[in-house]
Amino acid sequence: MPDEAGLLGGYAKGPFFCELMDCAAHDPAVALIAQRLAAMPPEELERRAGIAAAELYNQGITFTVYSDKDAIDRVLPFDLIPRVISAAEWEGLERGVRQRVAALNAFIHDVYHGQRILADGIVPAPLVLGNAAFRPEMVGLDVPHGTYVHICGIDVIRDQSGRFLVLEDNARTPSGVSYVLENRNMMRRIFPDLMDGIRVRRIGSYGMRLQQALAEIAPAGVDDPQVVLLSPGIYNSAYFEHIFLAREMGVPLVEGNDLVVEDGRVWMRTTEGLAPVHSIYRRLNDDFLDPDVFRPDSKLGVRGLMDVWRRGRVGLANAVGTGVADDKAIYAYMPRIIRYYLGEEPVLANVETHICAEPEGLAYTLENLERLVVKPVAESGGYGLIIGPHASRAELDTFRGRLIAQPDNYISQPVIGLSVSPTLANGKLLPRHVDLRPFAITGKSTWVLPGGLTRVALREGSLVVNSSQGGGSKDTWVLE
Amino acid sequence: MIKDAAVLDLSTPHTTRRPILLSRYAESLFWLARYMERIENQARVLDVTDTFVRHGADQTGWVSVVAINSDEERFFATQGEATARTVPGYYLLDRNNPTSIAFALFHARENARTLRPLISTEMWGHINVFYNQFSHITEADIQPSRLSGVCRFIKESCQTHSGITDGTLFRDQGWLFYCVGKFLERADQTSRLVDIKYHTLLPSLDDVGSALDVSQWHALLRAASGYHAFRRVYPSEMTPGLVAGFLLLNHSFPRSVVLCVRQLETYLTQLSAGHGLHGANAALERVDQLRATLLEDPIDVVLARGLHEFLDWVQVQLTGIGDAVATAFWDRPLGRKAQDQGAGGAPAALGQSQAG
Repeated sequence: MPDEAGLLGGYAKGPFFCELMDCAAHDPAVALIAQRLAAMPPEELERRAGIAAAELYNQGITFTVYSDKDAIDRVLPFDLIPRVISAAEWEGLERGVRQRVAALNAFIHDVYHGQRILADGIVPAPLVLGNAAFRPEMVGLDVPHGTYVHICGIDVIRDQSGRFLVLEDNARTPSGVSYVLENRNMMRRIFPDLMDGIRVRRIGSYGMRLQQALAEIAPAGVDDPQVVLLSPGIYNSAYFEHIFLAREMGVPLVEGNDLVVEDGRVWMRTTEGLAPVHSIYRRLNDDFLDPDVFRPDSKLGVRGLMDVWRRGRVGLANAVGTGVADDKAIYAYMPRIIRYYLGEEPVLANVETHICAEPEGLAYTLENLERLVVKPVAESGGYGLIIGPHASRAELDTFRGRLIAQPDNYISQPVIGLSVSPTLANGKLLPRHVDLRPFAITGKSTWVLPGGLTRVALREGSLVVNSSQGGGSKDTWVLE
Repeated sequence: MIKDAAVLDLSTPHTTRRPILLSRYAESLFWLARYMERIENQARVLDVTDTFVRHGADQTGWVSVVAINSDEERFFATQGEATARTVPGYYLLDRNNPTSIAFALFHARENARTLRPLISTEMWGHINVFYNQFSHITEADIQPSRLSGVCRFIKESCQTHSGITDGTLFRDQGWLFYCVGKFLERADQTSRLVDIKYHTLLPSLDDVGSALDVSQWHALLRAASGYHAFRRVYPSEMTPGLVAGFLLLNHSFPRSVVLCVRQLETYLTQLSAGHGLHGANAALERVDQLRATLLEDPIDVVLARGLHEFLDWVQVQLTGIGDAVATAFWDRPLGRKAQDQGAGGAPAALGQSQAG
């Protein structure tokens, strides 16, 4: 028996749900993957991990940190042990993601039109109308197919019982999909023997789907719309992803200075003069999009773009003002939002959330601070949050003061023991916590990329998977 | 067979789009090519200088590297003397020096990074690896005993870049802008090399016919990889005039100024006639004029009138051609209403200029 257990022999998942071992129990394909991993000599795994790291670096699959003189490329660490999702589990996840996207779009449409949901008292009006991401410019504006969130990333975790829960919605400019596709390419090169004979859902059509959705929101009557990807440029840390997506879509990557508004239309500067642009996948925040309407100091945007868009003479993804729907404060209301617009129960539950803006939520949070995660609303990147069980007495006391001073800024949630996945560390396979970000593309209809980005907290015991805080990623396999 | 082809055509409907090229990409392709060409030439000059200085043949060698780059003022202000200790470090590793390989490679890579949506993955991957390997080179690696190996690595990396580019870069107008940049830079580098070396090597009465004299002309030819080609054309003699004439005017030597200018003419004509980019015509007129002047007189007439003045004029013409391309395609706002747009609408400059 010890021989058969091999590399997974000493693997101790602890009290957590294990994405590999617990799934292997009732899925023979997952069991086969576990067997193959167990039989792998550790030095062989290390060797392949080394090749992967060198390839990522050499190919510049990196985010770049610029200093005065230098451009330092950092690789998002890649773990070569895949995260596997069974067909049945994926079916539920996909349905849940579609439902969530439909509800988000219905909600955004409503808050910029009739505001029924506010009038009916389902969501408190100040939470929406007083939100920094609420854009008065959007009121009354109709967008093609009622789609605001064309590209959506829904962060999902698993609790100790193995139940999938939504942790966060990303409805502005979610990133990370390039790593999903590159991780798969990498696995095909360095670990073909692990996938051999196992039917894994393909993900290579993402670029075509994205291009198609963008073509669907181009102005009516344009036969062969010109799509572009608008990037802040090489100094943006996600520039690699922008390049990747532009290539996958087969469209030009443009910067603000490449575009110009004339005669009520958007054009790009080419060697032949101005060429028309019909649809823009923008990877700029609302604030920087158009200095005439938003931040006047923006050098990254396009003067006059909003006006052209409002007149329906160019497509824009995602729409402006979607941030109002993915705020952590709104998140708490998502189950109610789903029921309100769709008349359905949520397929994917939320993590239990206490809204500190509400007196009972604040009282509960203060009482249970050492057991809760408290998160600032309207922020991202994992900064400014506190994980009660990991915080010192002094840290908790300081935070308590901040919370009482500005309760509106926070929500709290119980600490979820995120599921773990075997991850290569020091020549061993050790349990490390993971989450999942599936991506949905919506033009006329919604398509969900099978799988998504699995992020892994590489430090032992860490629950923070963000790349800015020691996170890495894994390939995600959805079985057929 | 014909029938089959027709059926196949009908059964696979497809739309093709005439590839457009952003002005910014045209500019970056042009500069990527220039920087890579400049790096290769710089490595050639350092390599050959090192060889001949070490053999005691050319004690003025390191000074002439400074002269080729028109760096006298800046170099002597910061580095003191031009020696085997100061020159290789300044031209290889000093990123603050805009004529160094480190500087050019950094900018080549930043241009390639800008072009990643357009160029092949192999092209980007190779430049990225080249840059990363180059970044590990230290002062210790460029000591006299090792300098030649480093120069070989740099030359071969540039040649690999050329090969990958030739084999993978999509042959639309972007390729033509790349080639224009490459041959413009090469013509400029060769003309500078001849200009400086010819004058530092001009025989004094004592040296005429001596072994020392001939070896220095060898060095000049070798710096341009032209030694064996020259021997094939002129098996029995080597005079300063023949060497200068070969490097400037030979129609088959790939680094001669005339060949580069003819290549420029070819690529600019393709842009103008093949792609309908008539903005290339202004540059093309200047190229025609330059080529005509180059071919007007044999080299001995040029030498009699003054080589330095002639090459100065050639370099001014080359700069003018580069400016005409930039003006037509990226430096001024383009469009149907070009006159109406203020300078504020122009694409951001990439902070690049002809160094030196």
